Amino acid sequence: MSDLTLKVDNLHVHFPTPAGVVKAVNGVTFTLRQRERLGLVGESGSGKTTTALALMRLLAPPARIPHGSMILDGVDLLALSEEKMRQARFAEISMVPQGAMNSLNPVMRIRSQFVELFQAHGQFTSSSDIDARIASLLEQVGLNPSVAGMFPHELSGGMKQRVCIAMAVALRPKVIIADEPTSALDVVVQRQVMETLGRVQEALGATVILVGHDMGLMAQFVDRIGVMYAGRLVEVGPVRTIFRTPKHPYTQMLIASIPTLEQKKLFKGIPGVAPSLLNPPSGCPFHVRCDQRLEHCSRIVPDSIALSPDHWVACHLYPKEEHHDQPA
Amino acid sequence: MTSLLEARSIGKTFRSSGFFRRTSNVALADFSLSIDEGKPILTAIAGESGSGKTTLTRLLLGIIEPTDGAIHYRGTDLRAMNHAQKRQFRQEVQAIFQDPFEVYNPFYKVDHVLRTPLAKFGLAASEADARRQMEAALEKVGLRPEETLGRYPHQLSGGQRQRIMIARALMLNPKIIIADEPVSMVDASLRATILESLLTLHQEFGISLIYVTHDLTTAYQLCNDIYILYRGSIAESGDVTEVIKDPKHPYTQLLVGSIPLPNPDQRWGADQPTPKTMRSAAASGCLFADRCPYVMDRCLASVPPMIALSPTRGAACFLYDDDHAAHSTRDGVQQHSR
Ligand SMILES: Nc1ncnc2c1ncn2[C@@H]1O[C@H](COP(=O)(O)OP(=O)(O)O)[C@@H](O)[C@H]1O
Ligand SMILES: Nc1ncnc2c1ncn2[C@@H]1O[C@H](COP(=O)(O)OP(=O)(O)O)[C@@H](O)[C@H]1O
Ligand SMILES: [Mg+2]
Ligand SMILES: [Mg+2]
Repeated sequence: MSDLTLKVDNLHVHFPTPAGVVKAVNGVTFTLRQRERLGLVGESGSGKTTTALALMRLLAPPARIPHGSMILDGVDLLALSEEKMRQARFAEISMVPQGAMNSLNPVMRIRSQFVELFQAHGQFTSSSDIDARIASLLEQVGLNPSVAGMFPHELSGGMKQRVCIAMAVALRPKVIIADEPTSALDVVVQRQVMETLGRVQEALGATVILVGHDMGLMAQFVDRIGVMYAGRLVEVGPVRTIFRTPKHPYTQMLIASIPTLEQKKLFKGIPGVAPSLLNPPSGCPFHVRCDQRLEHCSRIVPDSIALSPDHWVACHLYPKEEHHDQPA
Repeated sequence: MTSLLEARSIGKTFRSSGFFRRTSNVALADFSLSIDEGKPILTAIAGESGSGKTTLTRLLLGIIEPTDGAIHYRGTDLRAMNHAQKRQFRQEVQAIFQDPFEVYNPFYKVDHVLRTPLAKFGLAASEADARRQMEAALEKVGLRPEETLGRYPHQLSGGQRQRIMIARALMLNPKIIIADEPVSMVDASLRATILESLLTLHQEFGISLIYVTHDLTTAYQLCNDIYILYRGSIAESGDVTEVIKDPKHPYTQLLVGSIPLPNPDQRWGADQPTPKTMRSAAASGCLFADRCPYVMDRCLASVPPMIALSPTRGAACFLYDDDHAAHSTRDGVQQHSR
């Protein structure tokens, strides 16, 4: 087997609602190598969290996955029984959810929350073993082991976020998904938390999917970026390629809109609004806001094509014939 | 020159008295600011959460009263204004808050938030005139009236709702807009559009803007000068380019070094000194002492005063005290070149 960890192919997620079916994820395809850090970016409502929850198989009914596959180290996650998937969570693939620090149980000490996690995965070791393990996990994320005896409300936001990271890595998963892990934190703490996440990931040899819309954070943390728009991945490429030579018009506008310390009093917003996923526009979902739209963009959905083995884009500006057909 | 808004050494201490203990929390201390008529400012107030930014906003808007110092509008203490003066203050000083959704009533079309202030201040001669003013204001913030009016709040994006709030402030023809974290709830990609609207108000209509934020990058982009707050006190202030490109106060250096730069080749604060964590801040000393990499004995003994570094620049740090000038150039604050 190669060093591929996760292969997501043509993933779709539908939310049936009284007003119709919300097609929140629309054919997302990507692969992740071991130790790689992938950033999933896109404006809010573009389907990032839904993709993450689908990978964890944590979507609540009536959400459906009508098509797609998600293969983690040769195992098809969608084919697992509910019980097998429960075992795989935390142990194989884990998540630091959006607003994670509010996901800690407020009436349980941190220690008990770890114990519950271990027990749910059939790990009943002696109390002293468990305490040593919790202490080392807390130290790994830069917390004093005494935090184990505290309640969530006794911790600052940054400390709670570190506890969530410690829990996400406690069972040594292969893939860690972090959904906007620092959006509620101040910039100094944000940097410390991201450095912690990076250190823990490297120690584990795990793969990370970082979900967010802060391009600065992405530039500092990830190796590769996937740009989501209206439930689709419109461009995937190495972080430097995405920042230097973005190809999709949406990615180009996204990069141009980033505030930097290089220019003053010059703002380049992205005009228009995100499309509805209930009644998505025909053709390319971005054509309505696109400044480089071609005549057929409103009719035909562009396929994703490889501009280089590592750089994919779904846009009619890059005609199919000229490029490789298959990923290398 | 007449002064419009003037804050003279204002402070706010929140006291809570319980049965067993009485606590007092200095949310803001010794803050001064002056806005002169005809000399509009573009000023950022920046700091981490809890640094006193919202307290300052609410003080300047007259929502809460200072426990120290005084705020004057057109020469009158906010606490002593008569009815007409209050009315003028409420029209001329407008606020924009973080979460635009909170301002909207979900059962009313967005027209309601625009029409209400026109009626309240008697600014429209007729329904047609009101409509015309609403459309004009929306266009000034880059919204198409036909895509905005007649809609319900949930039918618009966060960025659109926030721009409607700016349009609303604009219709009242204010002298000053105080915007408290106006873009922290909207997507990064929409921030640019909103900040551009705010900049336009300053440039085209001469409105003074106080931009309150925890984000130094947008403060740098939008503003001319900046105050950096740390736990209620000004750590550093001055020209925004100077402060952010060449921060002097160790706290400002820490903040600037923590900005995740959107450039994969410029690594995150690679040049950050690590703070000496073994010292705990003494109650009598500099509030930043416990996190400061350059902490000295005197920092624990007394609070550093604001030290003028140039006519437009100050830092509340003993590194820049004359007695220590030699020290600061020797092994003190390194220069950031970003
Ligand atoms: N439980 C749900 N029921 C219906 N629609 C949903 C549900 N969860 C998410 N959506 C919709 O799916 C789309 C994608 O949402 P999400 O994955 O949260 O986006 P992101 O994380 O990129 O902001 C949005 O249009 C959202 O309104
Ligand atoms: N109404 C209040 N009562 C007591 N303490 C308050 C009140 N409002 C703010 N504070 C305190 O004042 C300090 C500054 O808060 P705030 O002005 O909201 O900061 P920021 O907006 O910079 O996050 C904090 O310690 C906060 O807890
Ligand atoms: Mg999300
Ligand atoms: Mg605030």
